[in-house]
Amino acid sequence: MKKKLLNGPYLAWMLLFAIAPLFIVVWYALTAEIGGERSFSLANLQRVFEPIYLRVIWHSLKLAVISTFLCFLLGYPAALILASRPFRRRTILVVLIVLPMWMNFLARTYAWLSLLEKNGVINSVLAFLGLPALNILYTDAAVVLGMVYNFLPFMILPIYSVLYKIDHSQIEAAQDLGATPLITFQRVIFPQSLAGALSGVVMVFMPAMTTFVISRLLGGGQYTLIGNLIEQQFLTTYDWGFGSALSLFLMALLIVMGGLLMRSRGDNEGGLW
Amino acid sequence: MKNIGSRVYLALLFIFLYAPIAVLMIFSFNSARSRGVWGGFTLDWYVQLFHDRQIMSALYYTVTCALLASVIATVLGTVAAISLSGMRGLPRALTTYLVYLPMINPDIVMGLSLMLLFISLKIPLGFVSMLLAHVTFCLPFVILSVLPKLKQTQADLYDAALDLGAKPLMAYSKVIIPQIMPGILTGFLLAFTMSIDDFVVSFFATGNGVTNVAITIYAMARRGMNPKINALLTIMFAGVILLLFVANRRIADAKPRR
Repeated sequence: MKKKLLNGPYLAWMLLFAIAPLFIVVWYALTAEIGGERSFSLANLQRVFEPIYLRVIWHSLKLAVISTFLCFLLGYPAALILASRPFRRRTILVVLIVLPMWMNFLARTYAWLSLLEKNGVINSVLAFLGLPALNILYTDAAVVLGMVYNFLPFMILPIYSVLYKIDHSQIEAAQDLGATPLITFQRVIFPQSLAGALSGVVMVFMPAMTTFVISRLLGGGQYTLIGNLIEQQFLTTYDWGFGSALSLFLMALLIVMGGLLMRSRGDNEGGLW
Repeated sequence: MKNIGSRVYLALLFIFLYAPIAVLMIFSFNSARSRGVWGGFTLDWYVQLFHDRQIMSALYYTVTCALLASVIATVLGTVAAISLSGMRGLPRALTTYLVYLPMINPDIVMGLSLMLLFISLKIPLGFVSMLLAHVTFCLPFVILSVLPKLKQTQADLYDAALDLGAKPLMAYSKVIIPQIMPGILTGFLLAFTMSIDDFVVSFFATGNGVTNVAITIYAMARRGMNPKINALLTIMFAGVILLLFVANRRIADAKPRR
């Protein structure tokens, strides 16, 4: 009974600073200013489904899916290699993978400009090797690169944390029973790593779908993803109603997709750690 | 053969992860101001940095906010975790959802929804609003660090302390808290790093000339970043590495004694 009372300050805090703000978003999304006061209206939500905005949403979805897929493609082998290393070595490797996250992510993303520029570091190296120049700055490719760069650790770590817990005797048993390494991987290792891969997918897809910073820095000033569109509504055009409707739509989309993915995983506590 | 392949793969991965950081650090020693050109080695930016009032004020707000937010979140979150560990059934399930909410909620939505809240409550956008927002997104990291430690402590320890005549408060401070201290520290550090690195939520939740380092970088990115920022980030990054190294040494030293 006393323990319940202890929870009071936390619950009050969360009600005020986590729940109430969401209700305000819902309220702005479902009302419009008519004659000086806000009244119920579906106009904001309807606007979300106009072709120009649907195209932006579709584009964001496409880039987020591509980035997530690339992260999986690059991250899975990395996690596999990490998990196969002896304990001391892999602890160091994991630290090395996490370490970049302690450098401000805006600055790291911005540094890609110096690397990707026409006369930047990468093109200097390419020219030195006699290879053709790479001009991807301010394109989709650069934005995807930025997403993969920033979110790759979120894919590697959960897969790794599942892989290294797999009981090694299972792998030995499979081999004793005549399984080739490929079949051992297919039937023993991969199915068990799926839970980690799923949380990796969620942890990459969510920020990739909602970012406005990566697209602004690497995609150039005119580049628009749904995140940029939302940011514009609040900080440039001050159309809070439409911005809220877009946010609501984005949240619904993420909840549906995240819910579907997490459902196949089946635990609801401590998955991240 | 396989080993060489995996080594090459890891090497490429680390080049990918560290190339931008290397570039960033190298340009902090570059005497040419523009980012494409190398003009020779200099330490000028490291000196000028401390005379730049804009950057120094951003650093001051960043560090102050991170310290206050992580302390508040640690106290609030630890108490919440203790009470959560004593809950069962529906209240527990609901509270668990609440704990995860700020993590699941996209940061942009969290930022803009808090901005709307502050505006409707007439809380001026500035340091206080930024602090309140930071505490909110730091809380789950503290709770989720403390909860596993609470699970490990034996449930009857608290009852045993009561049987031996301890008052509840004393039972907590003398028995439970020392046991979960590592979790509390992890939570505090996580909260601190989350806060110091935050851009999106702060971007929406602040105003009136109060900016943090991340917002300063974003503003600068449009007109070309000042090498002074590179110098600042290099110092901060070196600080983190030093901190990790010291912490690691202390853990390594402490282990044989067990």
